[in-house]
Amino acid sequence: MQFIRKYFYGDIPEDKSGAATTGKSSGHDWPLWEVFIRSKNGLEHKHAGSLHAADAQMAIENARDVYTRRMEGVSIWVVESKYITATNPEEAGELYDPAVDKIYRHPTFYNLPDEVNHM
Amino acid sequence: MSSKINYTLHLADNALILGQRNSAWCGHGPVLEQDIAITNISLDLIGQARSLYQYAAELTGGGTTEDSLAYLRTEREFSNCLLVEQPNGDWAQTLLRQFLFSSYQFYLYQYLQCYSDTRIAAIAEKSLKEVSYHLRWSSEWVIRLGDGTEESHRRIASALDELWRYTGELFLPAGYEKDLAIDVAALEYDWSKKIKNVFAEANLTVPGNVFMQTGGKSGMHSEYLGHLLTELQYMQRTFPGCEW
Repeated sequence: MQFIRKYFYGDIPEDKSGAATTGKSSGHDWPLWEVFIRSKNGLEHKHAGSLHAADAQMAIENARDVYTRRMEGVSIWVVESKYITATNPEEAGELYDPAVDKIYRHPTFYNLPDEVNHM
Repeated sequence: MSSKINYTLHLADNALILGQRNSAWCGHGPVLEQDIAITNISLDLIGQARSLYQYAAELTGGGTTEDSLAYLRTEREFSNCLLVEQPNGDWAQTLLRQFLFSSYQFYLYQYLQCYSDTRIAAIAEKSLKEVSYHLRWSSEWVIRLGDGTEESHRRIASALDELWRYTGELFLPAGYEKDLAIDVAALEYDWSKKIKNVFAEANLTVPGNVFMQTGGKSGMHSEYLGHLLTELQYMQRTFPGCEW
């Protein structure tokens, strides 16, 4: 019996470019894709989630069906998950902790006019 | 007036029955993403059916509602074409049925957009966007299976053997279509061209010399519709007037 094994992005074996594998194939061996949705023109694409698809075209259509059925988006990007390089959680200390005590980097010492949106 | 009611019901029945068929995939799709895709299509079709039933109910008057039209008519009163009532079979059969019918709906709604009855024209215009996507989605799947593995090709080819005989009826005008001068026969040229283009990419051949089944548009159905309606209408028949 094989237990679920979680891979982190960046160390996914080439033959299994899916985020998690289980002992039993989940019915297909399509690669995993990350989906980014732009909710309205002028805003940036945001990560919405991931899905399986056989190719880029199918990934776009699956994303349309899975992530935009309640009018969430006007534009979709997809990228195969294996092309995303991620930081290693074990290095979190050296990467992120040094920023903790540097509150002067936050723009909280300014007064923003009300008209400025999306800050 | 009765021809207009009958024609509106025919359009509505087509959408409702195919929507009901597709909805049976809910929770059973080959993968999660395609499960959602086919049930989205199902909901689009049921939405089209509702708009059309509402219009037919208004034209009929006398306490008729969209619900009474969908839930309380008998098999012989349904005038959907035979193609949409055929069983789901495997994934290949379901999506080939979708492809054959969506490509028909695509050209039909383009035609109806300019129809003299503004209500039908408006419903056609709104539905066309949905149908364009159904056509795109199902065309890609036909190509994917036809041009895929040996097994996927075998499955889609046998679905084609099964379903092709129900396509002739789409272009044979029923009485109500003749009365309203709706020229369905004229749609066949564009439809065939579309089918041939997609089949060429999918390594499929249009079957020749097939005896075409007819009758659905005038209420003579295959054995499958009765069973489908039994399930669809069960709640309203058992608990008349029940509401969610």
